[in-house]
Amino acid sequence: MNQQTNTAGRSINSAALSPLARLQQALADQLPKLVMAPTFLIIFVCIYGYIGWTFLLSLTKSRILPVWKFVGFEQYEKLFMNDRWMVSLENLVIFSFLFIALCLLIGMVLAVLLDQKIRNEGFIRGIYLYPMAISFIVTGTAWKWLMNPSLGLEKMMHDWGWTSFSFDWLVDPDMVVYTLVIAAVWQSSGFVMALFIAGLRGVDDEMIKAAKLDGASMPTIYRRIILPSLKPVFFSCFVILSHIAIKSFDLVAALTGGGPGYASDLPANFMYAHAFTRGQMGLGAASAMVMLGGVLAILVPYLYSELRGKKHG
Amino acid sequence: MVEAPMTVTRRAARLGLYAILAAVAFIYLMPVWVMLITSLKDVEEIRSGNLLSLPSSLNFDAWVTAWGSACAGSSCEGISSYFWNSFQIVIPAVIISTLLGALNGYVLSFWRFRGSELMFGLLLVGCFIPLQVILLPMARTLAFFGLANSTPGLVLVHVIVGTGFTTMFFRNFYIGLPQELIKAAKLDGAGFFFIFRRVVLPLSTPIIVVTVIWQFTQIWNDFLLGIVYSGAETQPVTVALNNLVNTSFGGKQYNVDMAAALIAALPTLIVYMVAGKYFVKGLTAGAVKG
Amino acid sequence: MLKIKALVGAMALAVSAASVSAGEVEVLHYLTSSGEAAAVNVLKKELEKEGHSWKDFAVAGGGGETAMTVLKSRAVSGNPPAAAQIKGPSIQEWGELGFLASLDDVAKQGKWDSLLPPVVSDVMKYEGEYVAVPVNVHRVNWLWANPELFKQAGVAIPTTWDQFFDAAEKLQAKGIIPLAHGGQAWQDATLFEAVALGVGGSEFYNKAFHDLDQQTLKSNIMVKVFETFKKTRKYIDADAPGRDWNIATSMVINGQAAMQIMGDWAKGEFTAAGKNAGVDYVCLAAPDTSGAFTFNIDSFAMFALSDDEGQAAQADMARLVMEPTFQETFNLNKGSIPARLGMDRSAFDSCAHASMDAFVASAQTGDLVPSMAHGMSTNSRAQGAIYDVVTNFYNSKNLSAKEAVDKMARAIKASL
Repeated sequence: MNQQTNTAGRSINSAALSPLARLQQALADQLPKLVMAPTFLIIFVCIYGYIGWTFLLSLTKSRILPVWKFVGFEQYEKLFMNDRWMVSLENLVIFSFLFIALCLLIGMVLAVLLDQKIRNEGFIRGIYLYPMAISFIVTGTAWKWLMNPSLGLEKMMHDWGWTSFSFDWLVDPDMVVYTLVIAAVWQSSGFVMALFIAGLRGVDDEMIKAAKLDGASMPTIYRRIILPSLKPVFFSCFVILSHIAIKSFDLVAALTGGGPGYASDLPANFMYAHAFTRGQMGLGAASAMVMLGGVLAILVPYLYSELRGKKHG
Repeated sequence: MVEAPMTVTRRAARLGLYAILAAVAFIYLMPVWVMLITSLKDVEEIRSGNLLSLPSSLNFDAWVTAWGSACAGSSCEGISSYFWNSFQIVIPAVIISTLLGALNGYVLSFWRFRGSELMFGLLLVGCFIPLQVILLPMARTLAFFGLANSTPGLVLVHVIVGTGFTTMFFRNFYIGLPQELIKAAKLDGAGFFFIFRRVVLPLSTPIIVVTVIWQFTQIWNDFLLGIVYSGAETQPVTVALNNLVNTSFGGKQYNVDMAAALIAALPTLIVYMVAGKYFVKGLTAGAVKG
Repeated sequence: MLKIKALVGAMALAVSAASVSAGEVEVLHYLTSSGEAAAVNVLKKELEKEGHSWKDFAVAGGGGETAMTVLKSRAVSGNPPAAAQIKGPSIQEWGELGFLASLDDVAKQGKWDSLLPPVVSDVMKYEGEYVAVPVNVHRVNWLWANPELFKQAGVAIPTTWDQFFDAAEKLQAKGIIPLAHGGQAWQDATLFEAVALGVGGSEFYNKAFHDLDQQTLKSNIMVKVFETFKKTRKYIDADAPGRDWNIATSMVINGQAAMQIMGDWAKGEFTAAGKNAGVDYVCLAAPDTSGAFTFNIDSFAMFALSDDEGQAAQADMARLVMEPTFQETFNLNKGSIPARLGMDRSAFDSCAHASMDAFVASAQTGDLVPSMAHGMSTNSRAQGAIYDVVTNFYNSKNLSAKEAVDKMARAIKASL
C-alpha cells in the first residue's frame, strides 16, 4: 500500500509533455473543482443570493409584489408588535421542544424494543417507518377526523361505553398545539427509530459481550455502554428534527388551518400568509429572516463542531 | 445462538414486548386504516357509521372514480394523468440530484481543495432554508432561463433544493470509506472519473438507496413547488389531489377523496415497503455517522 | 324579449369576432366548487366556439389563497396568465403595478356602464378604465334556516338580533344546535360583519370597514358589535373550529342545526341535496339587515399581453362573460345573481329574486355595502388585520370586547 515507487506518476513528469497534454493535465487537476462548479453556482445564486434578496425585501414596504422602496427596519418593528407572530413563535417553541423530545424518546424506545431479536422485525419496522413516506396533504383529513370530538376517538370511546373519555384538543385554543405535536411525532418518530436501529447495529459487539461476562444486566449495559455510544445519532436526529420543526407548514395547513382563531399558527404559516395571501410581502420577508436567524442559531454550532472537530472515518 | 430454555418470567416479558410492539403498530396504522376503510364505503355509510367500523361490502367504485373520472377543477378525468406527470418530474429530478450529490460527496471526501469544507458548510445551511423564502426569486430565475411553468423548470428547482441533502448523505458516507483505497487508485494513475466509476460507485449501493428513497419521497410529496412552478397541463399529483379534494358538487364524496389520497401516496408507500429494509441497512452503513 | 335581443347581438358580435385570428387565453381561477366548475365549462365552450382556445389553470382551495400565490409568482417571473380571478380592491393594486389590460373598447361596445350598477363598475375600473369583468354578485348577509326545527321549538325565524338570541335559547333547550358555524377565520369574519351591519347600520359599517375611520373603529357601537358577536358563540356547537362552511350547511339541511349565517353560495348545497327554497329551507336577510345588501363580486381581470391574438381572445372572453347567457348559467349554478342589471329572471328561484330586489333597492338607499370578510371593502392587509382580531376574539376565553376593539383599531393602523 505505502510503496512510493509509483510517485513518478503523471504530475511530476508534466514538464516533459506536449502543450496539449499539459492542457489536459491542467484540466485534470482542476477537475474536482469543475465538478463542484454547478453546485457552487447553485449555492451562491439560489441560496445565498435569495437570502440576500429576501433580506433586502424585508427592508421595503413591498405589498402584493416586490417594490424596492426602502423603509429600514420598520417591518421588523411591526413584526414584533404583531400578536399573531408572537403566538406563532411561542407555538414553535412548545412544538419543537415536545416534538423533538418525544421523537427521540419514542424512536429510541422503539429501536431498543425492536433490537431484542424480534420475529418479523422488518415488517414491524416498516409499519413504524411508513408515516415518513406520506405527506400531510394525504393524511390531513384522516387526522382531522380522528381528533375531532364528534367524529373520531372521543366518539369511538363513547360508543364503546367509556363515556367520560374526553379528547377535544383540536377545538381547544389552549391545547390545539399539542395535536400538532401528536401528528408530527407520528410522522417522524419512525424515522428516528430507523436511525437509532442503525446506530445500535453499529455498536461494538465485543464490548457488550465483555460486559455480559462481567455480570452486567441488560438494562445496565444499555444505560452505560450502548446509549452513550449513540451520541452522534442523537445529534444527527436533533438536527434533522429541528429542521423539520422549523419548516413545518403542511402540518398546520392540513390539520388546523392555524385555528381555532390563530392559536395553532407556526412561523412558516405566518410567513406564507403575509407574503402571499395578505399582500404584506415586506412583513413576510422580515418574518422569514427571523426564521432563518433561528435556523442559523441551531446550525452554526453544529457545523462548527462538525467541521472543526471530526475528520475521522 | 444457543436457545436457552425460557423461564416463565422471560416468556411473560417476551409476550409483553410483542404486545407493546403490536399496540404501537396499531396506533401508527390508524390514520391510513381510517382512510382505507373510508375509501371502501359509500357516502351514506360514511355519514351514518363509526369512523373505524368496517365497510359492509368491498366497494372499489371510489377508487375507480378517483383514478379515472373524479373532477378536479373543471376537468373530470381523475388523477391518473397527473400521476404520470409526477413520475415525469420525480424520475429525472431524483436521478440528477442523486448523481450530483454523489459527485459532490466524492469531491468533498477524496479530492478536497482549499475551501471545500467551507463549501460543504454553506451547502448544509442551504438545506435548512424554508421553501417559502425561495418561491419568488426562484420564479424570476426560472423565467430568466425560459423555464417558467414547465416540467424541466420544476425538475431544476427540485434538483436545486435537494442537492444539499444528497451531498450531505454521500459526503458523510464516503468519509467513512478507507482513504487508502482511493489513494492506491490515484497512485496507479487512475483518473478522477475512473476512480469514481470503478472504485467508489460500486461501494455506494447502500447510500444510493437511502438517497433515492429520501429524494423520491420528498419530491413526490411536494405540493408548494409543484403548484407554483408547474405548467397547467403538467401539474403533479399532489396538486391534482388538492384540487380534487376542494372540488365538490354538493355533498363531499369522502370515499373518493380518500381513495385519491391513497392513490397519490401509493408510490412512496411502495418504495418504503419494498426498499425499507435497505433504507435501514443504508443508514447503518454510514449515513448516520458524522 | 330582452334576452332575445341580447342573444341576437351576441351572435352578430360572434360573427364579427370570428374573423379575427384565434388566440389562447390561459385562465387562472379558483372556481371549483358546487357547480362553479360546470359554469366555467360553459364559458370555456363558448370561447372555443369563437375559435379561441381556453387553457384552464384551476387552483382550488382556501378561498383563492393558493391561486394568489401562483399568480404572484407568475407575475414576478414576467409570465402572468391572460386572465385571472381577482376581486375587490386588489384589482386596483394590480392596476397600480401596471399589470392589467384595459377593456374599455369592449366595455363601450357592450355599454357596460348602463348594464352595471355604479358600485359594481367602480370596482371593475382602474383610473376610469375597465380592467376587469364581473361574473356575479353574491349577497353575503343571508340567514339560512330549517323551518321544521323552528316549528318544533315553537318560535318564529328571527329577523332581529333580539329575536335571534331569544329563538336560539329556545332551540338550545330543545337540544337543537341553534347556529351552524365553521370556525375558520373567514367564516368568523362573515358572521362578524353580519352582526356589525345589523347592530351598527350601513353608515357605521362603511365608515368602519371601508373608510377604516379610527373614531368609528374605537366607538362604543363597535364594542357593542363585539359583545353581540361573542354572544352568538354560546349557540354554536363545540366542534365548530376548522369545519368547512358546506359541512355547516349540511347540518342545517340534515336538521342538526337550525340556522346558518352565510353568503348565497350556501344555496347550492341545499339545491344539491334536493331541497326547495321556501319549503324545506328559508332564506332571510341576516338579523336587522333586511334592507341592506352586503355584496361580494367575483371577477376576472385581464393581464396585459403583447400578442394580438391573445388580446383578441381576452376581449372575446370579457364580452362573453358579460353576456346574459353566461351570466344566467353561471349564477344559476352558483347561487348568486347576475352582475348585469335588467336580465330575465324567470329561471331563478325565490331566494335569488329576493336578492335581486334587495340589490336594486339597497343601491338606491345607500345600504349596498361591500363585504369586509370577502375582501370587497379594503385591501388584503387591513382585511387580514381585522380577521386576526375577530377570529382570536371569538375563540379566546378571556379577551374582553373593549380590548378587542382597541386591538383591531391598532392592527388596522399598523397595516396601512
